[in-house]
Amino acid sequence: MVNTKLNSNHVFNLISEIPDPEIPVLTIKDLGILRDVKWMDNSYQIDITPTYTACPAIPFISDEIKRILNDYGIQNYKLSVVYEPAWSTDLLTTEAKLKLKQYGIAPPMHTSCAKKLDASKQVQCPRCNSHKTTLLSQFGSTACKALYTCKSCKEVFDYFKCH
Amino acid sequence: MNNSELYNYTLRLADNALILGQRLSELCSKGPFLEEDLAQTNIALDYIGRAQSLYNYAAQLSGKPLSEDELAYRRAENNYYNVLLVEQPDEDFAHTIARQFFYSVADCLFYAELTKSKNETLASIAKKVIKESKYHLNHSSDWVKRLGGGTELSHEKMQNAVNALWMYTDELFEIDDIEHKLIKEGVAVNSSNHKSLWLAEVTEVFKEAGLSVPENNFMMTGGRSGNHSEHFGHLLSELQYLQRAYPDATW
Ligand SMILES: [Zn+2]
Repeated sequence: MVNTKLNSNHVFNLISEIPDPEIPVLTIKDLGILRDVKWMDNSYQIDITPTYTACPAIPFISDEIKRILNDYGIQNYKLSVVYEPAWSTDLLTTEAKLKLKQYGIAPPMHTSCAKKLDASKQVQCPRCNSHKTTLLSQFGSTACKALYTCKSCKEVFDYFKCH
Repeated sequence: MNNSELYNYTLRLADNALILGQRLSELCSKGPFLEEDLAQTNIALDYIGRAQSLYNYAAQLSGKPLSEDELAYRRAENNYYNVLLVEQPDEDFAHTIARQFFYSVADCLFYAELTKSKNETLASIAKKVIKESKYHLNHSSDWVKRLGGGTELSHEKMQNAVNALWMYTDELFEIDDIEHKLIKEGVAVNSSNHKSLWLAEVTEVFKEAGLSVPENNFMMTGGRSGNHSEHFGHLLSELQYLQRAYPDATW
């Protein structure tokens, strides 16, 4: 049990390492899902945001946050799901993009350079780094991914869509 | 309830999303091929997520201790206010695409406007939703072009679907007293202004697809006031089965 008040940065750090259930190499902090922890009205206000409106990870992440806070004896908090400003892949850090690539998922381009998904040469194969790739399907195994094929190494790979 | 117009307005938006989401999820494991099966179920999930945030808000507005699930699963047929277009069945893949294309063109125009609503909750949901709507529109318009400009058979099927669903398109731009009041307050979108924009966009895609814009002006309406087509009861019986059989079921 921790009785003294922790500062809100400390609480942020406690929960920031929760992995995303669908892309476990990334944490909720890396993805920008964990938005803010503030101390107000004698409780911690925790804001999280979904990647997509139907993001099935939100209940899982909420339970994890509650579990961790409970472990530290923190009872006075309010957990809110906020929609604004809308989540964007531009929130991903350079480090997060590198982790994605090493995991075998091509990281998202900046939203300003990809208005529409097409067989764009800019999507780089995360395995062999070739730019000779084509769009196979706009929709992949989860809402945030699209499916590409690499013409150089012949592998199919996921692309984290810019959003 | 002080907010009865806003409650009804939110419920209409939620019902459109839920019912279209339900129709699309019926395609799960029955898509024409694997990638398209994934695409349709992804789109279905977007709509169900959208419905969930809107029902959540409607439940707050109702002033009663209602849950999202009660609104989504335990109303009677004539208490749903979705447009007729979204409840039309998937006769074939061309019907799925025509329904989606007609809806998505209107949906993008609508939600782009709703982001400017003076109602903060609706505006913030809209900012989230509009990104997904654009994606759905890209997907469905690509298919309209592919099927319309494909083989003789795919062209014929696409044109038939367009002709069959055309009569449900006018209702997308209807407004009534509920909207009139909320438009004055800067909350609602005046979708009656979108009809010409919608027609221009549809015509442009049809031109590229080699499809003709139907000349039939007969239009069906009624969903927004709870008068649904014969397909709706069948849809609801499947949608509501679990919550009717096991109220408040959780897992
Ligand atoms: Zn490769």
